[in-house]
Amino acid sequence: MAPSVPGRPAAQGPWRPHLRRGAAAAPASPPPPSRPPRQGSLDGLLAAKEIVIACGPGGVGKTTTAAAAAAMAACRHGGRVLVLTVDPAKRLADALGLAGPGGAGIGNTEVRIGTEVFAAAGVAPRGELWAAMLDTKESWDALVRRHAPDAETREQILANPLYRNISSRFVQSHDYIAMERLFEIHSEGTYDLIVVDTPPTRNALDFLDAPKRMADFFSSRLLRWLIVPYRSRLVNFASRPFYQVADRILGTQFLADISEFFVLFQSMYPGFVERAESVTRLLSDRRTTFMVVSTLEATPLREAEFFSKELSDRRLHLGAIVLNKVLPTYFRNRAASKVASTLRERSAELEVGLPTDPDQTPRVLEEIADSFLNFGVVARREAEQREELASSPEVLATVPFFDADIVDMAGLLGLGETIWD
Amino acid sequence: MAQPIAPVPELLDLELIFVTGKGGVGKTTVAAALAQLAAERGKRVLACEVDAKGDLASLFEAAPTQFAEREVAPGVFAMSMDTEASLREYLKLNLKIPVVGRIGPLAKAFDFVATAAPGVREILTVGKFCYEVREHTYDLVVVDASATGHIISQLAAPQAINDLVKVGLIRMQTGWMLDILSDPRRTGLVAVTTPEEMPVSETLELAERVAAETTVRLSAVVVNRVLPELFGRGEEEVFEELRRPEVADELSRRAGGDVGPVIEGARLAVTMRRTRAGHLQRLREGLDPTVPVLYLPYLFSRFHGLRTTRQVAASLGEELGF
Repeated sequence: MAPSVPGRPAAQGPWRPHLRRGAAAAPASPPPPSRPPRQGSLDGLLAAKEIVIACGPGGVGKTTTAAAAAAMAACRHGGRVLVLTVDPAKRLADALGLAGPGGAGIGNTEVRIGTEVFAAAGVAPRGELWAAMLDTKESWDALVRRHAPDAETREQILANPLYRNISSRFVQSHDYIAMERLFEIHSEGTYDLIVVDTPPTRNALDFLDAPKRMADFFSSRLLRWLIVPYRSRLVNFASRPFYQVADRILGTQFLADISEFFVLFQSMYPGFVERAESVTRLLSDRRTTFMVVSTLEATPLREAEFFSKELSDRRLHLGAIVLNKVLPTYFRNRAASKVASTLRERSAELEVGLPTDPDQTPRVLEEIADSFLNFGVVARREAEQREELASSPEVLATVPFFDADIVDMAGLLGLGETIWD
Repeated sequence: MAQPIAPVPELLDLELIFVTGKGGVGKTTVAAALAQLAAERGKRVLACEVDAKGDLASLFEAAPTQFAEREVAPGVFAMSMDTEASLREYLKLNLKIPVVGRIGPLAKAFDFVATAAPGVREILTVGKFCYEVREHTYDLVVVDASATGHIISQLAAPQAINDLVKVGLIRMQTGWMLDILSDPRRTGLVAVTTPEEMPVSETLELAERVAAETTVRLSAVVVNRVLPELFGRGEEEVFEELRRPEVADELSRRAGGDVGPVIEGARLAVTMRRTRAGHLQRLREGLDPTVPVLYLPYLFSRFHGLRTTRQVAASLGEELGF
C-alpha cells in the first residue's frame, strides 16, 4: 500500500482544482457518489449569493464544510471571500495555516490566508480567502462602544458585573452577536462572499430569532418596569407584589444591581433596536442563502429536516443541503452484497492458495464479508433516509466518508471538490 | 506512577449523574441506557432531559416527557426540565405566601431577570435535581444535560450565585446544593464522546474545565460508536495478500462475482478504525488516569428507540463489569 498522507490522495502530483475535476483529494478510493438530478450546484449558488449561512446540528462537520466552501469559492470564483467561524478546531486553524506555534492566529479581526497555504496544496487561488473567528466578548464591547450615548455610560456599562456576565457567559448572546458581526462585516462592503459557520446552539434556530429577541428585550414593558427607580417602586401599588416576591428570592441588592444595569443599557435602546432590525432584514435578503449541513444519521437528520422546514416557514432561502460522511455507494451494490454472502458462507472452500497460514484465510474472508454486510445495512438505511428528505433545495450535495481527518488546505479543497458541481 | 484505577462499578452507586457531550455523539442514548441499566439492577431512577427535544422519551418508546415525571419503563421515570415549572415548584415549596395568582407574570419577570443573570436560570435547573437527590425520592437521578459548551455554566451556577447574590432565598439554597454537587460519592459527570477528532478534543477540554471551574467530579468518559477490530494477529498480512490484483481476481472467479467492493469496503473499515484508534489514544493520554473510560460498540443494525437503549445498556453493563 502506497504510503499516504492523511487527507491527501496517495502519491498524486500537484493538485489543481481548476484543472482536475472530480478528482477528490481526500477520499482516494470511493467512487464519486451519484447525485440525484438537481438544477443547481454549489458552484452556482456561491456565485449568486453574497452571504452563505451554514447551519445544522452539532458534530456534523459544519465548520469544515463552511471553510471548504469558502476556500473553493476563493479558488474558483476569485474575489475576496471570508469565512466567519465560531469555534474552529485547532486542526481547522492548522488547515487554514492560521495556527501559529502558539495556536493564536485567528481572532475577531479578519486575517488573510496566505498564498503559501494554497501553494502547499498545489493551488494558485484566483481570489483571496480571509478568516475570522467570533469573539463574543470583544464583539459585545464593540457594540457597546458604538451605541453608548457618552463615554461615561460606556465605561459604566463595560465595568458592570452583570454586563460582563451577559457578554461572556450568556449563551444566547452568542447567537445574536454572530448575526450582528455578520451584519457589520457585510455592511463594510469588503467581501464578495461571506460564509458563516453558525454557533452550536441548543436549538439550531435560536440565532434566527436572536435579533428579534434582542429588540423585544429592549422594548418590553418589563424592562421599563424594572428600571423604575427603586424607591418609587415601593410606593407603586401595582408592582408591589412582584417586588416583594422578587426581593425574597433574589435579594434587594441583586435586584438593585440589575436595575442599575438596565438603566444604563436602556440608553443604547434606539441604536440597538434599529441595528437588530437591520440584521433581521439581512437574513431574508435575496443575496443571503442558508446551507444546511448534516449527516445521514437519524438524530442529526431529523434536526436538519426540522431546520429546513423552519427556514421555508420563515421564507428564508434554503440554498443547499450538504450531507457529510456518506458511506460509499458500493456498500449498497447488490452483486457485491451477494459476493460478500458467498465469502461468508463458503469461506472454507474458497482457498486461493496464499502463502500465509491456510487456517487464517477463511477467517479473514468471513471478517471482511461481515464488515461489508454490516456497513451495507448502514448504507441502505442512510440512502433510504436521504430519499425521505422532504425539502428540496436547489442543491443536495453528499460528501463521502473520509478515511482520515482534514488537516490541510488540500484536504479542505478535496472536500470542497466533492460538493462543488 | 501506576495508580490503582478506581473501581468503575461505583458509577451506578452515585445519586446524581450529569451526562454531557458534543452534539451528535449519542449523549441522550447513553443517558437513557444508564437509566435503563440502573433500573434493571433494581434502582428507582429519574431520567431528565434538559434540552427538551423529545429524544429521551423516544428512546423508551414513550410519549414526550413533561416536567411532571412519568414511569416510561419499569423503574425508570422520565421528565423534561422546564425552568418556569421548576420556579413554580420552588416557590410552592419555599415561599409560604399565597402567590399562586401572581406566579404567571412573576415567572415571566423572572425569565427576564434570569436573562441578565445566567446563574439564576441554571440554578433552577440544577436545583431541581439536587432537590430530588436531597429528598431521596429516587436512588439515582440521570440528567441528559446540556452539550459540552453549556454544562460548565450549569454546574458552576451555585458558586456563581454565591458570588453574585449576597442575600435572599436563592442565596440560602446554594449551600446545600454545593454540598451535593461537590461530593464525588453522590454526584458525577459522565462525558460522552465518539472516537473522532472534534469530540475527543472537546472532551479533553471539558475535563480540564470541569476540574478548574466546577466542584463536580468527572466520573467516567464513555466512548460511543467504537468500530470493531477486523483482524487479529497475522490476519492483516492475509488481507494484504488478498488485495493483490491477481489474488483478488482469482477470488472473484471462485466466489462468482467481483470481490473488489468487499475488499475496498474492508480497507475503508480498517482505515477508519485506525484513524479512530489514534484519537482514542489521544483521549486516554489526555485524561487523568483515574477517570475510567468505557467503550461502546458501533451499532450497525439500529440506532434509535428502546432496542438501541437496551443494547447500549447491555454494553455499558459489560464495561462496568456486571
